[in-house]
Amino acid sequence: MVLLIVTMITFALLRMIPGNVAVAVMGPGAYRNPEAIKLFNETYGFNLPWYRQYLLWLGNLARGNLGFSWTLNQSVASLLATRLPKTIALVGLSTLLALVVAIPIGVIQAVRRNKLTDHVFNALSTIFYATPVFLIGIVSILLFAIKFPIFPPEGPQGEGVGAIFADFNALILPICTLALVTIALFSRYMRSSVLDNLTEDYVRTARAKGASERRVLIRHVLRNSLIPIATLLGLSLPGILAGALITEAVFNYPGMGYLFFQSALKQDYPTLLGFTVVVALATVVGSLLADIAYAVLDPRVRYVSS
Amino acid sequence: MTLNLPADPPPGPESSSMGLATATSEPLGEASAAAAAPGMLPAGKPRSAFRRSLEVFLENKLAVTGVAIFVAVFLFCFLGPVFYHTDQVHVNLAIENLPPSAEHPLGTDANGHDVLGRLMVAGQISLTVGIAAAALATIVGVLWGAVAGYFGGPLDSVMMRIVDAMLSIPTLFLALVVVAIVTPTTPILILVIALTSWLTTSRLVRGEALSLRVREYVQAMKVMGGGGTRAVLRHIAPNAIGTIMVNATFQVADAIALVVALSYLGLGIAPPKQDWGGMLSDGVQYVYNGYWWLIFPAGIAIILVITAAIFVGEGLRDAVEVRLQRR
Repeated sequence: MVLLIVTMITFALLRMIPGNVAVAVMGPGAYRNPEAIKLFNETYGFNLPWYRQYLLWLGNLARGNLGFSWTLNQSVASLLATRLPKTIALVGLSTLLALVVAIPIGVIQAVRRNKLTDHVFNALSTIFYATPVFLIGIVSILLFAIKFPIFPPEGPQGEGVGAIFADFNALILPICTLALVTIALFSRYMRSSVLDNLTEDYVRTARAKGASERRVLIRHVLRNSLIPIATLLGLSLPGILAGALITEAVFNYPGMGYLFFQSALKQDYPTLLGFTVVVALATVVGSLLADIAYAVLDPRVRYVSS
Repeated sequence: MTLNLPADPPPGPESSSMGLATATSEPLGEASAAAAAPGMLPAGKPRSAFRRSLEVFLENKLAVTGVAIFVAVFLFCFLGPVFYHTDQVHVNLAIENLPPSAEHPLGTDANGHDVLGRLMVAGQISLTVGIAAAALATIVGVLWGAVAGYFGGPLDSVMMRIVDAMLSIPTLFLALVVVAIVTPTTPILILVIALTSWLTTSRLVRGEALSLRVREYVQAMKVMGGGGTRAVLRHIAPNAIGTIMVNATFQVADAIALVVALSYLGLGIAPPKQDWGGMLSDGVQYVYNGYWWLIFPAGIAIILVITAAIFVGEGLRDAVEVRLQRR
């Protein structure tokens, strides 16, 4: 249902395009050749009324046909097939890194609440959250590619996913850039989640039974504190994808976000439209998984079907 | 997590871009403790809810610092050019890319514009777009959420499904599509950002409206013959003002971040006008030659403003939570 509205919104957006699509694609010279415009319109169905166009497009979408890129002369599905895995690799690895770093930071902050460590990490996470992703990217290129040439300044340019991983050195900067922002977000949640749990009765019970502080923290608090993080992971997907788009633009990383950005510059609407639907699908699936994960991890939550 | 909708089972965040809005539920305890202390000392006249909130806000050092930074940057951008005259119109290639000196404290850019002066002029655009977009997004979001929450039923369902659908497209992607379609001038950019970021506000306000509409005074107004418009504008919206204010502050941070990102990608403010993101995107072409003054001033300005907005928002949230507790 939500997805259907997404398709309506995106389609409506594209119907607002001013001017003639055929001319936009074939260049101003097309005005001298009305035959070509007519042919173009018939080929792509632009001579039909808007609702037929929408249904046609929706029907194609249902069959997995996302359309055809005007500028790259390739089907959007095939573009997606080559680009999406690279973005998934980037987003997946950086999110993994972010979790590995952010969870301990959050726990330490909560344990040393209102002490110096807490304040320092708090300030750092606010600043990194406030810093635009591209600025982190530029500074990291300046530092680790120009000043100290440890890593290449550009993302891996290989064709397939295998080639991307083969050039792992080039992958490190983009992953770290994207991870920094996510760490800032996750560690804040982790901190408040641990703090919430530390006040629970079961913590007192565990302590009363003589469990060491370490055991209380790891066996009891940590496990319960991770539940909101699991949900957060699904819900922050749109934000991470937006971050990935900018990261890819900064590092020339040939993923989906970079192509989306290029398509926006070249006004390649079928690509924009197809990718928007895919991103929306990913987001919906993400929040669905978040809900499911929440119910699985927390036995107190049961969804009642009405 | 008091800002969450009562209707949502998982205590997750409203959306990731607004993550900080619900990030910490813990200051509630801290804040109420802080509020209780000054409230108990004078046994005299009771303090108004507003006074109490203000006290809590003023005790939060970070929030006050945030306000100070925001005011300082605002004065710098809007009053700065009055005292510091620079030519930001004519290109002067004789003085391009000069390092900082006594004459140009932050050097000059590729067109020979003084960077310090540019920072002020560009900041005007960034701040204007950010604040105007946040204000517009708040108005749209409040009206949408209040109407949906107050009237309920099928109207609520339809309106909130639209919000769900739009929330599932990341704001940056949506904004990029729109900006690719229409050439962005400053007012259009404000409109685009506002129209892609009112969603969280509307969800929060709907939640408030759901609880407010069954209160006695709203019921009483209905009995006296007040209509839906009056309920939404005079009762629902004003009573949700705390939530709205907190959210609006975070909206400013998000809007500035978004316009800067769009400009950096070359789809934001169109030349010859420039905002901080535009300065960065131009500066990046030269920064690998070591012209650090082309990006760091603008970059630091962005971080300062957004951090300040977040601090203010968090301070406001603590203050509002105190008020809600005392109600």
